[in-house]
Amino acid sequence: MANKEIEDDNETWDLVLEPRTSWYSLGLSQILRFKDLLFLFVRRDFVSVYKQTILGPIWFFVQPVITGITYAVIFGFLADISTDGVNPLLFYMCGITLWNYFSDTLSKTADTFTANASVFGKVYFPRMIVPLSVVLSNLVKLGIQLLLFIAVWIYFLATDNTLHPNITILLVPFLILLMGFLGLGFGIIITSMTTKYRDLKFLITFGVQLLMYASPIVFPLSLVSEKYPQYKIFLLANPITSIIEAFKYAFLGVGEFNWLYLGYSLSFTVVLLFIGLVVFNKVEKSFMDTV
Amino acid sequence: MSKVVLKAINISKQYRLGQVGTGTIAHDLNRWWHLARGKEDPYIQIGDTNDRSTKGDSDYVWSLKDINFEVKQGDVLGIIGKNGAGKSTLLKILSQVTTATTGKVKIRGRIAALLEVGTGFHPELTGRENVFLNGAILGMTKAEIAGKFDEIVNFSGVEKYIDTPVKRYSSGMMVRLGFAVAAHLEPEILIVDEVLAVGDAEFQKKCMGKIKNVAGEGRTVLFVSHNMQAMSSICKTGILLKNGLIDEMSDMNTCIKKYNGLFEESVLGTVSIKDRLNRSQSSGNILFSNIQAFSNGKKTWDFRYDEEINFQIDCEAREQSDGLLFYMALLEPLTTDVLTNFKVVVKEGAVVKGEKLSFTITLPAKTLRVGQFLLYFAIGDAKQTRWYDVVDNNVNLPALNITAIDMDPHYNSGMFSIPYKLNINS
Repeated sequence: MANKEIEDDNETWDLVLEPRTSWYSLGLSQILRFKDLLFLFVRRDFVSVYKQTILGPIWFFVQPVITGITYAVIFGFLADISTDGVNPLLFYMCGITLWNYFSDTLSKTADTFTANASVFGKVYFPRMIVPLSVVLSNLVKLGIQLLLFIAVWIYFLATDNTLHPNITILLVPFLILLMGFLGLGFGIIITSMTTKYRDLKFLITFGVQLLMYASPIVFPLSLVSEKYPQYKIFLLANPITSIIEAFKYAFLGVGEFNWLYLGYSLSFTVVLLFIGLVVFNKVEKSFMDTV
Repeated sequence: MSKVVLKAINISKQYRLGQVGTGTIAHDLNRWWHLARGKEDPYIQIGDTNDRSTKGDSDYVWSLKDINFEVKQGDVLGIIGKNGAGKSTLLKILSQVTTATTGKVKIRGRIAALLEVGTGFHPELTGRENVFLNGAILGMTKAEIAGKFDEIVNFSGVEKYIDTPVKRYSSGMMVRLGFAVAAHLEPEILIVDEVLAVGDAEFQKKCMGKIKNVAGEGRTVLFVSHNMQAMSSICKTGILLKNGLIDEMSDMNTCIKKYNGLFEESVLGTVSIKDRLNRSQSSGNILFSNIQAFSNGKKTWDFRYDEEINFQIDCEAREQSDGLLFYMALLEPLTTDVLTNFKVVVKEGAVVKGEKLSFTITLPAKTLRVGQFLLYFAIGDAKQTRWYDVVDNNVNLPALNITAIDMDPHYNSGMFSIPYKLNINS
């Protein structure tokens, strides 16, 4: 289509805008140039949450504590689901803390395009900055909640000798990273697929909730191995399962830690994130026309 | 000769009309299937030119078609055109907000676009925090913003409120702060879209001064505005867009002349509404047959705000009736709220079958401010017991388009001017 003689010029240009770019140019160098914006977004997300509150970031503590107590009462005492001999409050808080990071990241990145359409419609910056900032600001929140969990954990460590933390605790940062990237991967795929047809959005709200019950948050994996070993494979197909189990194993010494399972989760995350980046990159160029 | 810093090669942009829904998925799947086999997009050959006043046959429209131009370093290029000519689409493509359907844009140096002031302001954050956030969104680094922070705050004139959340700001203060950040951007190419239409007269002056300075420093500016006075004083070269095509590309004043000519030539003949059957709530005893808007004897639906607006309305009696009452209203286009209306008895006594009636209505000059207004007409019997004919949105009359070409500081605030008296009592 393009004019041949203009096309042939071999001058140097800093930027060429084209309708289609090759799938492998993910524009990661652009993200580096806008790293200040990334951190300002993180700051904005974090700071704006507790503006005009008295307790400020302390509110981040309330959520896991109340949820932990509720789960301990309902699943621990009323339903009497096994917690592998660990104190139910500690057991549930352990799962919830890491799970919340995943679910918050997923649900917030999943509406990147629709929620930011007004800004995206007026100015260009690498769109990936926004979901990345969500991963980071949720990481800050996770850090705070993790501190709380560790405080509770130390208390039980001192009073209760059934806990067996071990060297795998060194893997915790890696597990957190995996969880964050899993949430990001799912999130950017969903947001890319919902700019034009919003159908998937209805799925996401209850989908995340259902996914929690398909992960060993309120029950240990050992319970499934014991009662329904034939269904265990389905649970293990969920990449979150092995991450949560490894996390629990590291702190509490219960659960199934398996390198093979973790390897599966890692490969799943890498593939998912790659597909997500490719799709996101393709959609970000012209989503403004269809959002 | 200075070097070319921006080059647009054959850029076209196609939009799909109508809503996204189950109907569009068939096209999407078909397109995907063609592209997956390495074939051309099956919908790229079709599409109407971008002329909003006529209804096309296609679901696709070319908002821009085969646009080619070059901008040299230090050029100040003005882009003008009537509403819907494709100016904003062009700016969106140049500023990377969206991509062209076909074609390429090549750019040298850093480019920044100002399509809006205060993009991304977070209401809960303070002015200070928002300056950093907004600056970073526009592409500045934290260090750059920190270096210019005092200057920005000074320019905005809101020092006193800098540590207050911006949700407490007046809209004017917000705009000032937003523009102050934008004004301290230092890209090689700056794209500006009508941001001058905000703020009070003093602030507008300041903004114009700033843009002139930027241009004077040898940086390249692309500027879109409806304010022809500003355009001719700032821009050297111009592009006039018409229905998605470049109509004229030369020095600014030639473009402006041609642009003003567009309004003279855009005669939309008499709108015959006799055969449009989609009337609501009317009995049809009397029907409107023609509606014509004109000014100074020439037929048009585009008016300058200082022109008298006239309508000539023809109607025809299908059945006999007892007197005629005419009702007319101006509506707000988005909400279709009635802005103003009047009722006049245009004929007393019996109207016989087949009788034709024609009358003229005049709205004085400088009553309507810049903008678009929809018309609503109705005719009924003189005692107001029922309507014979109603012309509402269903009939799709052209909107009344009011523009201004000179610099009236209040031309775009408010919708009407009303007569008033001022007495000085000292």
